[in-house]
Amino acid sequence: MWPEGIHEELSAAGVRVVGYVPDAGHKRLIELCQADKKMRAVVLTTEEEGIGLAAGAWLGGQKSVLLMQSSGVGNVINVLGMVRECRFPLVTLVTMRGEQGEFNPWQVPMGQAVRPVLEAMGTVVQTPAGAEDIVPTVNAALRLAYNSYASVAVLIPQRVIGIKSFQDQSAR
Amino acid sequence: MKRRDAVKRLLAGRKNLLVVAGLGSTAWDVTAAGDSPLTFPMWGAMGQAAMMGLGLALAQPKRRVLVITGDGEALMGMGALATIGVQQPQNLTVVVIDNERYGETGMQTTHTAHGVDLAAVARGCGIKQSKVVTTMVGVRALRAAIHAKKGPLFAQVKVVAEKLPLVLPPHDGVLLKERFRAALADVLPKKL
Repeated sequence: MWPEGIHEELSAAGVRVVGYVPDAGHKRLIELCQADKKMRAVVLTTEEEGIGLAAGAWLGGQKSVLLMQSSGVGNVINVLGMVRECRFPLVTLVTMRGEQGEFNPWQVPMGQAVRPVLEAMGTVVQTPAGAEDIVPTVNAALRLAYNSYASVAVLIPQRVIGIKSFQDQSAR
Repeated sequence: MKRRDAVKRLLAGRKNLLVVAGLGSTAWDVTAAGDSPLTFPMWGAMGQAAMMGLGLALAQPKRRVLVITGDGEALMGMGALATIGVQQPQNLTVVVIDNERYGETGMQTTHTAHGVDLAAVARGCGIKQSKVVTTMVGVRALRAAIHAKKGPLFAQVKVVAEKLPLVLPPHDGVLLKERFRAALADVLPKKL
């Protein structure tokens, strides 16, 4: 499964700090990172904190990853300015809402704005074609970010996560 | 108490202390005390100074990390105190230089001028060693604690509101990042 595959990629790349705001789509990956003794999983009150966390970790010589849902992208816009100005490497894994088959209309505006907002702030946005493409895309994002000092976001499509209703979401 | 006296005292004999300064007055204060490659002064990303400190403290557990920021900056990122409270980094101190004003925008009052108690917020967030410092004797004790005590520590240092000459650090972000990492290079893992 892709959460296991992502965890293996993070581990192989030497990621030590995992900032996250919980999301149903990231549930399994968060659990894997919490259970990994080489990783420090840091629960955040808002996604914005994850940018400071990642930048501070890099100042101190460590790689990190930031996990969030698409709604969280709106919470990081201004502080992405620091990432761009300082050329901090940053890998953000975004589980998408507000796209294919969304059941909550309040998720749609931010979900649809994720790509233009990130691109406007200088983040490279990559969308895997399907489930089998997620792990290779994360691998490439890690290499791009840490070899080229880039901010890279991988958007994990809603159709891959496949949550279809509030009932389905709360059952996971 | 005057802010530059307090900050200068906190940074006296800093040795290998890693410092993050919040944007605005506290960035000028740390520069007035003496610029260092192991200081990361922020020129933006308001609200993120404490989180930068947390990331740095987790990445460098054997070094002491000090965040010096203002009351307005700390108020914008108050959730960071809760996040730090959960992580309990033993090597992190967050100091808020509190003049109860937004110093860069016309000295408008902040929430701390109206009863918001940041030291109590920090304590409520699980940073048990949290206090208000109002004297230079207290600042001296805080400086000793930054270097020796098991953290996390939080201190709200009350200072007078005053307009001071700007003492600006370098502002190129890449330069600030790279000089910091270069200064740390001797302790960085080889494989980066």
